[in-house]
Amino acid sequence: MKRIFGILAISLFIYACGGDDTTVSTDDTDTVTPVTFDRSAMLTNWADNIIIPGYQDFVAKVNTLEAQVASFTDTPSDLTAVRAAWLDAYTTWQRVSMFEVGPAETVNLRLNVNIYPANVATVEDNITAGSYNLDLSSNRAAKGFPAIDYLLYGLGEDDAAILAIYNGTNGDAYKQYLLDIIADMKTLSTTVLNEWEGDYRDTFIANDGASATASTDRFVNDYIFYFEKHLRAGKMGIPGGVFSGSVEPNNIEALYAGGVSKDLFIVGLNATQDFFNGKAYNSSAQGESLASYLDELNAIKDGADLSEIINSQFDVSRTVVSALGNFEQELAINPPTNFLNAYDEVQRLVPLLKVDMVSAMSISIDFADADGD
Amino acid sequence: MSTRITTYFNTQREAAPLAVFRVFFGVLMFASIVRFWSYGWIEKFYITPSFHFTFYGFEWVRPLGDYTYLLFAICALSSLFVMVGYKYRWAIIIFFLSFTYIELMDKTMYLNHYYFISMLSFLMIFLPAGAYFSVDAITLSRKRNTTPPQFIPAWTIDSIKLLLGIVYVYAGLAKLNSDWLFKAMPLKIWLPSKFDIPVIGNLMGEEWVQYAFSWFGAGYDLFIPFFLLYKKTRPYAFVMVIIFHVLTRVLFPIGMFPYVMIVSALIFFDAAFHKKIIYAFAKALKYPTALLKTSRQYVASSAISKNYAVAVVVIFFVIQILLPWRYLAYPGELFWTEEGYRFSWRVMLMEKSGYAQFKIVDGVTGRRFYVDNTDFLTPLQEKQMSFQPDFILEYAHYLRDHFESQGHQEVQVYVESYVALNGRLSTTYIDPEVNLAEIEDSFKHKTWVTPFTDEIKGL
Repeated sequence: MKRIFGILAISLFIYACGGDDTTVSTDDTDTVTPVTFDRSAMLTNWADNIIIPGYQDFVAKVNTLEAQVASFTDTPSDLTAVRAAWLDAYTTWQRVSMFEVGPAETVNLRLNVNIYPANVATVEDNITAGSYNLDLSSNRAAKGFPAIDYLLYGLGEDDAAILAIYNGTNGDAYKQYLLDIIADMKTLSTTVLNEWEGDYRDTFIANDGASATASTDRFVNDYIFYFEKHLRAGKMGIPGGVFSGSVEPNNIEALYAGGVSKDLFIVGLNATQDFFNGKAYNSSAQGESLASYLDELNAIKDGADLSEIINSQFDVSRTVVSALGNFEQELAINPPTNFLNAYDEVQRLVPLLKVDMVSAMSISIDFADADGD
Repeated sequence: MSTRITTYFNTQREAAPLAVFRVFFGVLMFASIVRFWSYGWIEKFYITPSFHFTFYGFEWVRPLGDYTYLLFAICALSSLFVMVGYKYRWAIIIFFLSFTYIELMDKTMYLNHYYFISMLSFLMIFLPAGAYFSVDAITLSRKRNTTPPQFIPAWTIDSIKLLLGIVYVYAGLAKLNSDWLFKAMPLKIWLPSKFDIPVIGNLMGEEWVQYAFSWFGAGYDLFIPFFLLYKKTRPYAFVMVIIFHVLTRVLFPIGMFPYVMIVSALIFFDAAFHKKIIYAFAKALKYPTALLKTSRQYVASSAISKNYAVAVVVIFFVIQILLPWRYLAYPGELFWTEEGYRFSWRVMLMEKSGYAQFKIVDGVTGRRFYVDNTDFLTPLQEKQMSFQPDFILEYAHYLRDHFESQGHQEVQVYVESYVALNGRLSTTYIDPEVNLAEIEDSFKHKTWVTPFTDEIKGL
């Protein structure tokens, strides 16, 4: 008896010491009971139907923009086509901006293509100097979509003035800068897409555990971060003066193009909602998602379904923001009451995602010891 | 009665159990600190953040910049001294002070098991754990030509059993509430996310498993100390201890705590068991076996110091037994307001999370704006802050001082906060109309916490 007890005790203790935080993948998930949610199915849906098609579309749009930039710099006579390609790529960017994990995180894609407003002084300095290293973080605000925005819309009072610069004495430097920026964007976005199409997809899906380093937890954290910081604060809160106390109309997205920042916001909002619902890119097909995960977890409280509450708040947000005039007009009103009311509706999504959803799914915020609060 | 008490306090037992306990304690504490250090947590949690949440009355306890590493080093070194029993009394005092200082530096990191270590090491200051099978014993035998003791007062061993008993029983009592027993909350939320655990992963989503775990957990905590005390059930109880803590280790990120509890439970075993361990070690280490069987009894250096130790330990336990009940002095739901929640062995009881957005109003110009919490807090700090009123208030005061130093005048601070508890939908947590800049922190009931909208019955 004593010996058996001793052996049992020691072996259990050794097992305890060995059972560390590493995720062990299970192969027997096909025998699951209905309540056990299969995270790998959700991760597969995210990767195959949302993220990779999204990046493919984005890279395609960046390629089109590159072609249009090439033809524009060849003969700078008409801005229409290159501007359309820029807006098209910028719009598509709103649908992939939230996927800042793995390859995109490694290259800091978001910081490299969309810090707005562009630092015009740095852009001009670079152009004047004629030599610059776009890989430097000091140049991040001088490239990407916001810099192109400036170069296509902000160089002069009207189209004629802008074209005059490209055709003027220093025109070649401007053209070269435009070409270099788009080349930089192409390199970065292609790198990210190639990684996803290569090994990263499988790595991402295989990491289907539940810890602060598992794909689901990390992705959900990043998704909420994007929603809170970039969509809510960046596109509406900061320009609306929510964090500073005074309206900052110069901090809107696509400042120089004008009149499109609301549309870009709506695209971003739709993209976050579609992602929540696991809707395939450019299709109405739905797969495993945060919404279906919540449903599976039976997060039904107060007689209302959490995924439905979140979806209806997304819908309300879209309705009120859509009803606004363009952001420039709204922000010109003092105080911009309608704009701020619309912001409040967007804001309401934050606690729903950050508190109710995260709590229901038991998502880890950070890796640290805990004893259940 | 009084003679029985006197007799008890004069009873002497083999010193082996306490010596084994001391050695394991030292080893585990050293491992804990090495582990903490190796994860880069000293840097991440104590040096990088610019702001730290402090304990009421201990606002002066702050991280020491790069010297924080030195503090951890001192703590680690003292745990090694405790392990080998070298200058034991000094070592355990330094360990207690340095460990407790670390624990007090940032409330964000508060864990019941850190508190347990603090309390245990405090208790150990008054126990002769370094008298037997230690470097001190060897030194003593050489220098003064006296022999170190083989027997120590029985109460010194029993006090550790009592502390463990308090921890378990109070943890069990805290589970006797309607959420835990009748809703299987929060395990119903936590377990399904552990689907990837080998063998049992698939069971974690089953409702009956969640209820079984809840009831088993409560029963285990309530009764395990008694099964450990009773000789006939002891071996089985110890197997349960191992199974239970291994399970918690696999299911939840609770660090070293399971090992500490498993090893601590060894104290319940007979002296014969511990002597076997000690003799095995002594043989391997060439420790003079003569020093292990001196037949001498432990004598305190004076009657005063003996009575003093007993008095401190008695007061210590009276406080330990009363402290968890202080929540009764507050109205409202304990899980919601958390008034009297800490230092009470309430472990793994809540899935609680929140969101707090602070609004700053300049009282003179009327200018208002919101705070981006990530400007001041780490993700972990923000998480802990968002559902605990004392954190929210301390942070609000910090924001007031910060923005006043930036030139804003008569700063008012309001918070829009939502908290979800054990699967309920989130509701407003702090009264959004209350200017937190004007609220003084105290142990008084926090009237600015919005009352809980549901009811949790039980202790």
